[in-house]
Amino acid sequence: MFDIKKIYEPTCLQEALDIYQNNPQLKVIAGGTDVLINLRHGKYEEVELLSLQRVKGLDEIKMLDDGTIEIGALTTFTKIFRNDLINEHIPILAEAAVSMGGPQIRNIATIGGNICNGAVSADSAPALLTLNALLVLETAMGSRTVPLTEFYAGPGKVKLQPSEILTKILITKENYTNFKGKYIKFSNRKAMDIAMIGVAVLLNTTDNRVNDLRIALGVSAPTPIRCYEAEKVSIGLELTEDNLKTISEMTLLDAKPRDSWRGSKAYREHLIKVLTYRALRELRGDN
Amino acid sequence: MEELKKKISFIVNGEQVSLEVDIRTSLLEVLRNELHLTGVKQGCGVGECGACTVLIDGEPIDSCIYLAVWADGKHITTIEGLAKNGKLSKVQEAYVDEGAIQCGFCTPGLVLTTTALVEKGEHLTDEEIKREISGHFCRCTGYQKIFAAVKKVLENK
Ligand SMILES: Cc1cc2nc3c(=O)[nH]c(=O)nc-3n(C[C@H](O)[C@H](O)[C@H](O)COP(=O)(O)OP(=O)(O)OC[C@H]3O[C@@H](n4cnc5c(N)ncnc54)[C@H](O)[C@@H]3O)c2cc1C
Ligand code: FES
Ligand code: FES
Repeated sequence: MFDIKKIYEPTCLQEALDIYQNNPQLKVIAGGTDVLINLRHGKYEEVELLSLQRVKGLDEIKMLDDGTIEIGALTTFTKIFRNDLINEHIPILAEAAVSMGGPQIRNIATIGGNICNGAVSADSAPALLTLNALLVLETAMGSRTVPLTEFYAGPGKVKLQPSEILTKILITKENYTNFKGKYIKFSNRKAMDIAMIGVAVLLNTTDNRVNDLRIALGVSAPTPIRCYEAEKVSIGLELTEDNLKTISEMTLLDAKPRDSWRGSKAYREHLIKVLTYRALRELRGDN
Repeated sequence: MEELKKKISFIVNGEQVSLEVDIRTSLLEVLRNELHLTGVKQGCGVGECGACTVLIDGEPIDSCIYLAVWADGKHITTIEGLAKNGKLSKVQEAYVDEGAIQCGFCTPGLVLTTTALVEKGEHLTDEEIKREISGHFCRCTGYQKIFAAVKKVLENK
């Protein structure tokens, strides 16, 4: 049994926001694949849950008039990786979605839960960071939009205000048009494993020269990060072998991996370089 | 302690069921302990092994990390719901024919996941088949025969 004292099951967002406003002590639960594991491990006691399972309308993926792609926070990873809009415009996110967990987990785990859980290994994070994803956070009093890059507070911690619910993820048109992307998840096992390193690369080029390159890493620092140093240097560079190597080396200026049982710091540093290089080569069109 | 109970109604293997559940329980616990559907197995209890897989509105879900109250209004299929009039389903037969069963602990979950693939009429590559059954641990067979059974039944469709 889970140590649950009470559960609210609102059926619409407004109801959920109102309940949360009046009961800020509630623990939000979406797919439960982090919350219920924590409960199983005794991390919370007599928890009061605010379940979003029955909230309607937050599991849709659509394109807005200005070309922004909007993803409801309750969208499952299965739905993301099978969605046509995602596969056509931001395939890097489909790649990340299908790399996480196994089918049964993907059938219920939500992208909003993945972001709000704040794990450094969250598979959606590197891809969303390269896409400059924006988060729409709502309370009963109003809403705010925050870039994902500014949402992390520390290991496993995000800047959610009391009674705030993540409702949507936005990816604006200029952040996916003319970009090609690649997510590489490196883990000990091929299936059902947490990343040892996750590398996302998003690239926009003209005539083999970099207009805009974005590199983001999972499990390489206390939170998922962007490699701004390497990105800055890359602008205008031709995608030669030497330049790809230089860019890949420079990711280590931002990465601060550590030792863990999954992999040592030295091995992780090696992986960050090699996987960034591999992703870049693939995006350049090599195989 | 009123708050710890909730009445739910759902359809289990085609039959309407209404009962009061403890909000602290998983669907796995309700299926096994209240409805005596012991074909649903508990392995890890934390979403890793897939032994507890059931179909919820046709999708494979780990019932050990699914709250019982969430099942209200859903269609649930367990392994007990597959054979009709004493006759095994096509998927079950394929598992038997291919010798894909040893101790049988992982089998209910795998058969249900395979059933979902068949019902969706999926055409899958070998790699995709492996991916779709990767949420199930089998400690006995080494997976080859399970893979063969899934492939067989998907192709015969
Ligand atoms: C077997 C297993 C394998 C896994 N493998 C992976 C993997 O490979 N990669 C990976 O990245 N993760 C993995 N996970 C972790 C987990 O599945 C993901 O983090 C998942 O996306 C969490 O989503 P959820 O909807 O289940 O979140 P929940 O558990 O419901 O919630 C997670 C956290 O986010 C908060 N929250 C959820 N939704 C909202 C919202 N809309 N607004 C505000 N707060 C919210 C909750 O309060 C909680 O703190 C795995 C988990 C399991 C059990
Ligand atoms: S018992 Fe549910 S996944 Fe292992
Ligand atoms: S047959 Fe024994 S675990 Fe699969």
